[in-house]
Amino acid sequence: MERTFGETLLRVDHISLSFGGVKALTDISFSIREKEVFAIIGPNGAGKTSMLNVINGFYHPQEGEITYKGVHRKQMKSHDAAVQGIARTFQNVALFKGMSTLDNIMTGRIIRMKRNMFWQAMYLGPARKEEMENREVVEDIIDFLEIQAIRRTPVGRLPYGLQKRVELGRALAMEPDLLLLDEPMAGMNIEEKQDMCRFILDVNDQYGTTIALIEHDMGVVMDISDRVVVLDYGKKLADGSPDEVRANQDVIDAYLGVPH
Amino acid sequence: MDIKLDTIPKLLLDHAKQRGDSPANRHKYFGIWQSWTWFEVAKEVRNLACGLAKLGFKRGDKLAVIGDNRPRLYWSMVAAQALGGIPVPLYQDSVAEEMVYVLDNSDAKFAIVQNQEQTDKLLEIKDRLPHLEYICYEEPRGMRDYTQEFIFYYKDVQQTGRAFHGENPDYFLNEVEQGKGSDISIFLYTSGTTGKPKGVVLTSDNLIITARNSIDFDNLTCNEEVLAYLPMAWVGDNIFSLAQAYVIGFCVNCPENPETVMTDLKEIGPTYYFAPPAIYETVLTKVMIRMEDAGRIKRSMFNYFMELAKSVGIRILDGKPVLFSEKLLYSIGQILVYGPLRNNLGLSRTRLAYTAGEAIGPEIFEFFRSLGINIKQLYGQTEASVFICAQPDGQVKADTVGTAYPGVELRLADNSEVFYRSPGVFHSYYKNPESTAETKDAEGWVATGDAGFFDEDGHLKIIDRAKDVGRMTDGTMFAPKYIENKLKFFPFIKEAVAFGDGKEFATAFICIDIEAVSNWAERRNLAYSGYTDLSARDEVYDLLQECIESVNADLARDEKLSGSQIKRYMLLHKELDADDGELTRTRKVRRIIVAEKYAVLIAALDDPEQTHCEIDSQMTFEDGRKGNVHADLQIRESARIKSHVHTLAA
Repeated sequence: MERTFGETLLRVDHISLSFGGVKALTDISFSIREKEVFAIIGPNGAGKTSMLNVINGFYHPQEGEITYKGVHRKQMKSHDAAVQGIARTFQNVALFKGMSTLDNIMTGRIIRMKRNMFWQAMYLGPARKEEMENREVVEDIIDFLEIQAIRRTPVGRLPYGLQKRVELGRALAMEPDLLLLDEPMAGMNIEEKQDMCRFILDVNDQYGTTIALIEHDMGVVMDISDRVVVLDYGKKLADGSPDEVRANQDVIDAYLGVPH
Repeated sequence: MDIKLDTIPKLLLDHAKQRGDSPANRHKYFGIWQSWTWFEVAKEVRNLACGLAKLGFKRGDKLAVIGDNRPRLYWSMVAAQALGGIPVPLYQDSVAEEMVYVLDNSDAKFAIVQNQEQTDKLLEIKDRLPHLEYICYEEPRGMRDYTQEFIFYYKDVQQTGRAFHGENPDYFLNEVEQGKGSDISIFLYTSGTTGKPKGVVLTSDNLIITARNSIDFDNLTCNEEVLAYLPMAWVGDNIFSLAQAYVIGFCVNCPENPETVMTDLKEIGPTYYFAPPAIYETVLTKVMIRMEDAGRIKRSMFNYFMELAKSVGIRILDGKPVLFSEKLLYSIGQILVYGPLRNNLGLSRTRLAYTAGEAIGPEIFEFFRSLGINIKQLYGQTEASVFICAQPDGQVKADTVGTAYPGVELRLADNSEVFYRSPGVFHSYYKNPESTAETKDAEGWVATGDAGFFDEDGHLKIIDRAKDVGRMTDGTMFAPKYIENKLKFFPFIKEAVAFGDGKEFATAFICIDIEAVSNWAERRNLAYSGYTDLSARDEVYDLLQECIESVNADLARDEKLSGSQIKRYMLLHKELDADDGELTRTRKVRRIIVAEKYAVLIAALDDPEQTHCEIDSQMTFEDGRKGNVHADLQIRESARIKSHVHTLAA
């Protein structure tokens, strides 16, 4: 089936980022369109996670500009990014280990809650209604990700693959427009990877969420992405559909090495 | 007007009138238990039935039902029955290939399925199913892009049905009233260990009369709560979650999904519960493992009170006399141990629990009974609408299946095969008159294929499949599986294979359970280098000798089986393994292959002169490589006990 995409949701122009003398990113430009699954790939240390951190405002690039939903800015604060609909998951799972799956996903809703802590603690009137509405959204996500059986289980006791799924759930709870996934399939077995792929595609399909992901597993990337950008040593090597990227000589060289 | 309540849909309409506000079904969805009253269920079923009728569902049409236990799928079955159609539930975890035969054989014209997964399976095989016209799905998730004109959403069908009912307000009631007790109610396909599955045809009378008998037998009321979690295609679920519920009007709860069953069980707290032995075994193992990890005080408290419960709890349950002091201690235990434990297992309200299908270990059985859970065994099969035998209250034993069920006549053939005749006896196998004739005779007696005998209290004991039961040279009955099961109840024994057919005395191969035995060896500082080494140790032989002799003592209590006590045995040098073809993938021993492969060992066992035997055998390692193992196995003799019965007579 032919996939259709909307306008450009996010554009990065000539981004450069360095830490002291280390150049993490050099002059990177690309754009992500609405409703597409966009992958950032590259060998270790290519600057993929840095790129993600720039997009959600965790790092501030020295040069370049980000345009998100038509608004240009030199830098964005993480909190603003979250309010504006950018959610992410982390390479190493970053959940509250002692809290249940349900509570962890609920934390993703905090940004949508208006009542202050006092009212929430009292659990009265409007705060209660708000809690119930938010719980409904969370239950919807639990159903979507098929994690009903672990609703009440502290996440610290869950296997890694499931923790990753809970983390995805928390990101989804923010009802993001742009979802950033940092190696969603790292450390998973084949079956868990298949499940994760299905969830990513379902999120994209059902909620219309734009997805930008970093992934090492080339098979996965080529299967689920609409477009791929390849980074190497902080520079952009290529950008295009999976087939185009696969055929690109620079990419082949970067991944397979070149004789010296 | 007094209509005869002889079909499920008629019963439904009656409950909607009598107890319209009581809950009939619950299903946990989005974390909350949603419930439907009998009145609401009647309306749901009516709308669905009318919707199906609008699509062209006619009297005699077959409706396949595929999915996990969901209220909507149960309603689908009732809706089909209301229109005089026949529901055909399928095992939801079968792959598409396995469904072809059942769907084709049953001529299913409609299919109501749970979700996208099941829809995909049907689409994959639809080309080969000329009869299948419509597919209706219950969960809309992921179904947006399915635009085929023969695929419908459950609620849309109901919507059409509501409109149809508005135009033809008498249609549904008329259809239901046309139903009779002798109508065919359901097709249930038996999984069939050999050959193609057979479609067991059951009538309304079969199910409803059986359900009425069972309700009287166990004093079930409309206040029972059950959790429907076993496959809908299994006959038991149709009795426990459908027929009994519709006859007496209790509430059937459906779990959120198959993985949440344990949580849901705890939340619902069923009063009436069925589980195969494997589930009880898993529960017991879990409890034991967690108690091992518990603190010393908790552990010793648990051990003390469980020991007490073993003697006192069971007597209280059976209504036998107990001392006042024992009663007092037991009630303290109730507060400290039994109550919290039962609550944790989701069995705090369980008044009645059943198990069937396989032999259950006596200590598992004892554990649950000592907690005050009235767990009983029953013996049944699809062809009997479940019940053939069951244990009446107060007469419960771990190794029998009880007495003949109300309305059931039992007969033993000369080769000990069990025959029965009952109101639940199936109508026929669908489109298979030869098999019907082989199984059921003109007078309605049905062959079970199982061999058994009655013990001194008139309880039936099932010992093996009739075709596996042999005779020893002196004419004693030899039932290998019965002996092997008894042996396997010991944690040290992983597998056992008994031989005796056509022999003078019985012999056995034993495979030790490496985990249990190595644990035992470690605690005794017994050093060993591996499976082969460990199982050749004298100490291990001594340990196993006790197990075998206690099985012999057990066998001695049955006059008919006393002669089949094990005389000589050896511990095999390797585990029986499916990779070597010695077991099936479901871990059943392939008797013939084992006998061929180890012919040398069997010959040595049979020869009283030999005390050991050497063997070279091939085995497959875990990584798939093959290798040869050489071993010199010792043969031991175990003491055999004279039958009590003989001693008494003498």
